[in-house]
Amino acid sequence: MISFTLNKEKVSYDVDPNMPLLYVLRDVAQKTGTKFGCGAGQCGACTVHVDGTPIRSCLTPVSAIADKSITTIEGLADGEKLHPVQQAWVDNNVPQCGYCQSGQIMSAVALLAENASPSEADIETYMQGNICRCGTYPRIKKAIQQAAVQMQEVK
Amino acid sequence: MSQVNIVSRRQFLKSTGMVGGAFILGGALPGCSEKAVESGAADVAKAAAKNVISELGYFVSIASDGAVNIICHRMEMGQGILTSVPQMIADELEADWSKVSVTLAKGDPKYGHQSTGGSGSIRNFYDYTRKMGALAKDMLEQAAANRWGVDKSAVKAENHSIVKVGTNEKFGFGELAEDASQLPVPDLDSLELKDKKDFKIIGKDVKLLGQEKIVQGTATYAQDIQVPGMLIASIERPPVIMGKVKSFDATEAKKVAGVVDVIQLRERSLPMNVWPSGGVAVLATNTWAAHQARQKLKIEWDHGANAAHNTEAYKKDLMANVSKKGSVARSAGDVYAHEYDPNKTVEATYFMPYHHHMSMETPAATAYQEGDKWVVWTGTQTPQWGKRMVLEELGLEPEADADKVELNTTLMGGAFGRKGKNDFTIEAVELAKATGKPVKVVWTREDDVKHGFYHATAANYYKAEVSDGGKADNWIQRVSHPQIAWMFNPASEAPDTGAMSQSFADNPFDLKNLSCEAAKTPTHLRIGWLRAVHNIHNAYAMGCFVDELAAKSGISTQQMWLNLLGEDRVIDPTTQGFEGWNNYGNNDEAHALSTARMKNTINYLCEQAGVNEKTADNEGWGISYATSFNSYAAAATKVRVVDNKVEVLEMHTAIDCGVVVTPDRVKSQMEGAMIMGLSIALKSEITVKDGAVEQGNFHDYVVSRINEVPELNVHMVDSQEAPGGVGEPGLPPIVPSIVNAIFHASGIRIRELPVNKTLTIA
Repeated sequence: MISFTLNKEKVSYDVDPNMPLLYVLRDVAQKTGTKFGCGAGQCGACTVHVDGTPIRSCLTPVSAIADKSITTIEGLADGEKLHPVQQAWVDNNVPQCGYCQSGQIMSAVALLAENASPSEADIETYMQGNICRCGTYPRIKKAIQQAAVQMQEVK
Repeated sequence: MSQVNIVSRRQFLKSTGMVGGAFILGGALPGCSEKAVESGAADVAKAAAKNVISELGYFVSIASDGAVNIICHRMEMGQGILTSVPQMIADELEADWSKVSVTLAKGDPKYGHQSTGGSGSIRNFYDYTRKMGALAKDMLEQAAANRWGVDKSAVKAENHSIVKVGTNEKFGFGELAEDASQLPVPDLDSLELKDKKDFKIIGKDVKLLGQEKIVQGTATYAQDIQVPGMLIASIERPPVIMGKVKSFDATEAKKVAGVVDVIQLRERSLPMNVWPSGGVAVLATNTWAAHQARQKLKIEWDHGANAAHNTEAYKKDLMANVSKKGSVARSAGDVYAHEYDPNKTVEATYFMPYHHHMSMETPAATAYQEGDKWVVWTGTQTPQWGKRMVLEELGLEPEADADKVELNTTLMGGAFGRKGKNDFTIEAVELAKATGKPVKVVWTREDDVKHGFYHATAANYYKAEVSDGGKADNWIQRVSHPQIAWMFNPASEAPDTGAMSQSFADNPFDLKNLSCEAAKTPTHLRIGWLRAVHNIHNAYAMGCFVDELAAKSGISTQQMWLNLLGEDRVIDPTTQGFEGWNNYGNNDEAHALSTARMKNTINYLCEQAGVNEKTADNEGWGISYATSFNSYAAAATKVRVVDNKVEVLEMHTAIDCGVVVTPDRVKSQMEGAMIMGLSIALKSEITVKDGAVEQGNFHDYVVSRINEVPELNVHMVDSQEAPGGVGEPGLPPIVPSIVNAIFHASGIRIRELPVNKTLTIA
């Protein structure tokens, strides 16, 4: 039995401790917002936060996050109110197919937690682990910059 | 299982097979298809108690509170059709956009054509789709006229209401919907469409539908489907196409906790078509167990004859094929009677490797039996074709048994042509039938990369002599590549007219002597449609060749294009013997291939991008152009080359795609095309060794990342012409614009892709 906090709720699952967190989230917890993209830590589609730090859930055995706090894309919004990064994504019409965007948003939120006003180069460096085959990169850059401004104003 | 539960249907419209009227007891009306989880019966009852939902035709339903739900019958893979179809319908309906939601359709012929490919959703069905809004509007108007006891001509739709002309009286859509749904459905031919000048939603920057769900992780893709008691299947497929399982040992695999069954998929007869390719499936209660156990399978393969397929040898063959005269598809004059002046002649062969779609979502599908009905959930571009295949797989009659299969669709996490093939959907059906349990088939990334339907590797040969003033009078072009048609007919051994219609034998240049030739080559890999299909390699070769001719003539590439295109005229390749030309299915006056529009797009691009401005010594601009899917697209790229290292600095696309429905999605498709073009030009390739694809994931089929993408600019030509395609036409001119830019920056002429075979990429 492995226990952890998932989007502020305490959960326990009886699963193989080697099972990557991704499959625990998707198959067992039925939180399918976190996506499978490569299974090899190459694309970032499965990015979630462990105690605020972004990780690739496809490579992280669930045993490694026991008793820790996990935030997935489903845990970002405050009820009906979108997180400023999610709102910036909507405002800039970022998603095309949308499949990679959970991971993109989770990485962007982590970036802004580390660096409140990233330059374009900072964004490129931080976000290069997240692939988007549709080609939404220019809008991701804009949305992160917009969210940075909005989050600064709120502070 | 989808939101709108259609309970009964009252009336059929003979001409279209459309249904009208009929109450539906509906659930809520959120966007996109619902998950196949428990039905949420309590919610449905609650919603039904306060809100009656009425159906006006197949596409529009209106709740008594005025909420409008529109069925999107075309499939969404990122191109934005989930907004564009509702825009077309809502505008004709005179609906308030803020009250519109959308539901993705099941696969069902009642909706009309649903195969989503060939950039066709708007260019082919612009009027048809708008009529579905006009139809619902007509029914609401008639209902209002009946209430007021006036003729329908005395009322009109305006801002989500029907008003009595000349008065302040009006009824909201929600107040009329129930009455309207009881009326006969009007004949489609009787409906008039709006004039462009009256559009309020079409062509405007409306709020896109479905984005909130995506950013919250609640949008549903095929990978996300959950059904109680379902098994997850992970399949080891033959590494070489048409290979077979000789024997297998599942002893170790079955020991993995969670594994329920191991099943060999059946061998299928040829041609391969788009049916599954066989293999051995591990079925488990969770994805992890299925993948883990699969690695413990011991399978002995019979690889078959295609194991002799190797990229290097195949490439040599392709290059040799186009070095000699092929079968002539189109010709003018006699190119072989001319004596070519070596000082004025350019002769070049261009090579492009196989490519893969690399959609972010790998294929997935779920199938199960519910009573005597089969339910399928899949992310497919071709839901009706998929449903016909499911019926055939289950041994059911295509028409008599159509109601025994429900094919539900989800958003696709990218597709680019790959998900036009339903092999993965059928795998789920085959395994659900074999196990008697709900089965979700999930493909790993390696499965996706190694078992795709690849973009054809190709060799294109060009030879022309430039004349004084920078034109050409003698022009030979040849192409050789493996065949998509081979999938369906193994006798296909040379590019067919469909393939040659794509930026090859539709050559728009004013040439006295021309020969367009195809060379035979055998097919040893599944070949498919990848965004823009044969336009990619044909437009790459042609775009690079025009640049080489410009260099030979000492004029700008822009001027070379203008000179070759010549006078304003309509191109009809059938007049020079290319009988198979069908202009992407639209051989009509409205879509006529116009050199005036080509020249205009090229000039607009060059002016907007500033390609004629002087650059630093190690920098250069490259341009190119291609017509495809009834749209006109030109691209410009600026690069810097220092010490054989290429850095892409800036990219531009100009497109004339006629009347635009969703401007932001045209822009986003052009942005996406530039980024995909960058990958194709610079670093991606699929190679084959002993019949098997060598790549497996993002580290070896490399696609562009955020730090590799320069400033992108999209320039839309203001056009009132008939709508052209958008999803694909942006891509073909990109690759040659990049390759040409490298030449202008460095003098290095690249004819074999990807560029990283020759130069380093910054």
